[in-house]
Amino acid sequence: MTEPVLELSGISKRFGAVQALSDVDLRVHPGEVVALLGDNGAGKSTLVKVIAGVNPADSGVIAWEGRPVQVNRPSDAQHLGIATIYQDLALCDNLDIVANLFLGNERTTGGVLDELEMERRAQELLDSLSVRIPSLRVPVASLSGGQRQIIAIARSLLGDPKVVMLDEPTAALGVAQTAQVLDLIERLRDQGLAVILISHNMADVRAVADRAVVLRLGRNAGDFQVEDTSYEEIVAAITGAADNPVSRRAGRVAVPGSEEA
Amino acid sequence: MAQQTTPAAHGATAARDPRLIVDGGGAKGLLSGSLRRLRGGELGPVPVIAGLVVIAVVFQSLNDKFLSPQNLSNLTLQIVAIGLMSCGVIMVLLLGEIDLSVGSVAGVSGVVMAVLAIRHGWNEIAAMVVAIAVGALIGVIHGAIFAKIGVPAFVVTLAGLIGWQGAQIYLLSPDGTMNVPYDGPIAYLTQTYFVPVIGWTVGGLAVALYAASTLYGERRRAAAGLPAKSVTDVVTRIVLVAVPVLGTVWVLNSYKGVPLAFLIFVGFVVVFDLVLRKTRYGRMVFAVGGSAEAARRAGISVDLIRISVFALASMLSALGGIMFVSRSFAVNQSTGGGDALMMAIAAAVIGGTSLFGGRGSAYSALLGGLVLGAIASGLFLLQMDSSVRFMITAGVLLVAVILDAVSRRSRKTHARG
Repeated sequence: MTEPVLELSGISKRFGAVQALSDVDLRVHPGEVVALLGDNGAGKSTLVKVIAGVNPADSGVIAWEGRPVQVNRPSDAQHLGIATIYQDLALCDNLDIVANLFLGNERTTGGVLDELEMERRAQELLDSLSVRIPSLRVPVASLSGGQRQIIAIARSLLGDPKVVMLDEPTAALGVAQTAQVLDLIERLRDQGLAVILISHNMADVRAVADRAVVLRLGRNAGDFQVEDTSYEEIVAAITGAADNPVSRRAGRVAVPGSEEA
Repeated sequence: MAQQTTPAAHGATAARDPRLIVDGGGAKGLLSGSLRRLRGGELGPVPVIAGLVVIAVVFQSLNDKFLSPQNLSNLTLQIVAIGLMSCGVIMVLLLGEIDLSVGSVAGVSGVVMAVLAIRHGWNEIAAMVVAIAVGALIGVIHGAIFAKIGVPAFVVTLAGLIGWQGAQIYLLSPDGTMNVPYDGPIAYLTQTYFVPVIGWTVGGLAVALYAASTLYGERRRAAAGLPAKSVTDVVTRIVLVAVPVLGTVWVLNSYKGVPLAFLIFVGFVVVFDLVLRKTRYGRMVFAVGGSAEAARRAGISVDLIRISVFALASMLSALGGIMFVSRSFAVNQSTGGGDALMMAIAAAVIGGTSLFGGRGSAYSALLGGLVLGAIASGLFLLQMDSSVRFMITAGVLLVAVILDAVSRRSRKTHARG
């Protein structure tokens, strides 16, 4: 397999008395969708914030295309090529789609906003993602949840990122809208981007993810090839169902047996 | 494709999404589109223009001097100071914040100018420049305390309201009042009228520029294959701009000509409108007003935008203060005091700028200022005192805020943000 575009090793993060992450590893390759799974409080959001540079890690190494890098601020992550789409999307409801897509990144000619160029590029971008939006000049408040999600994702693509992180992109969406977003994720993967997908929804994960990395109580609790793994195995890793005296004993008993075989 | 039968003119838009309502061409389509937007809560300047018409009809029927060129000419001068302050208030309202200090800042800047020019014998223009700079500095202080320390803007500028009024009285002592000469640049600011040909030239140029830029923009859009407005639409817009602009020039020319102060005020309104709509800075102001968090994540320096907006607001207040001094030839303890602050905020809201942030236009200062000025001027002609004016102004303000709140709710139900 190709070299990972992003590789985290031994990441630890502490908030006061809480050890939010301890010694967590994560790697993601170009053209791969990695699902980051875990129950509430497992440390998914903390890990996302570490990668995005919002809350730098206390210890651990982040390697970008093989080189160790410092990600201490959101702009560091953006410069590397990591785009993060948070659950609350961070769109300005009062601005139209074009304005939101180019927010903080507006094209100008002679100091004046080049609305024409921006609208043309926005149209091109949305066409390339096969996204159909009624009009690019309506305020984003008038869009459906799925369309807003797609606009948020599309916006992150304007910076030509190599890694796209999506935090619960389908959490509030209907069936058709979820399918649209999943289609979009597959298209990103086909364009050679690495996608980190944070989700609670196992159906989504099984639909688009290549690998599933599970966190539990701030530690790595499994790394599965989604194709070869059953739904139950992943759920067991998330909930820690395997983490009880019975299965621990079963594990100990099983080990000598497997050595004999 | 299912949309094959759509007329070619609308093909591009209709093909994008069959659910999108496309208004037909011509005046009828324009009208139906406008009505739909009105029902959706996008009122724009319609209520305030309707209000101006009602005010004009009512006062004209009560006193036939109301619409005389002389009265209208005086009206344009009366609204300049408040209007400039209102222009700054609009910037702050767009951020979703409030600036209560504009009156006091106007007062203290006026006093700074007078102290420098009269007591210290400075050149009057230099004194004006320093007064405006002092205004900007005050705004930077307000903005920095608000943005960097996180004190609510309401409290920072309330402290400013009291503190700068104190500074005004302190600087003014031991004199109670300082008069400015009748024949200096300060007085000329509001005493100068342009000969008719200059008024016509400025008005004509403005309309021509607007027409040219609109036509050029739509042609470029059409050439790039983007939805463009129809010729009827463009011509209607140009006429809607040309009539009030040239009409105003005509009325003002039938008295003494276009007043310099009014031209300065309108110039600021136009410049601020262009800055807000056409530049990155303006886009950032709207973004911070719409969602500060989204703006921050988009890499916009929210603190810098906030500080600069407060600086602009106070700078415009200083300019308003200079206009107050110019019109009364004097500065005293009540310059910029009294109802100036409330009128500046009321003008912005009556003009259609939302108190909820992220929605509004620089033209609110002009339109809202005209409404308040017209009410004051009409009641003055009817020899009513301030008591009636305050009550009527309060009523108009309340109507404007109710319209703002209702249209906001209507936009929500019509999903227009």
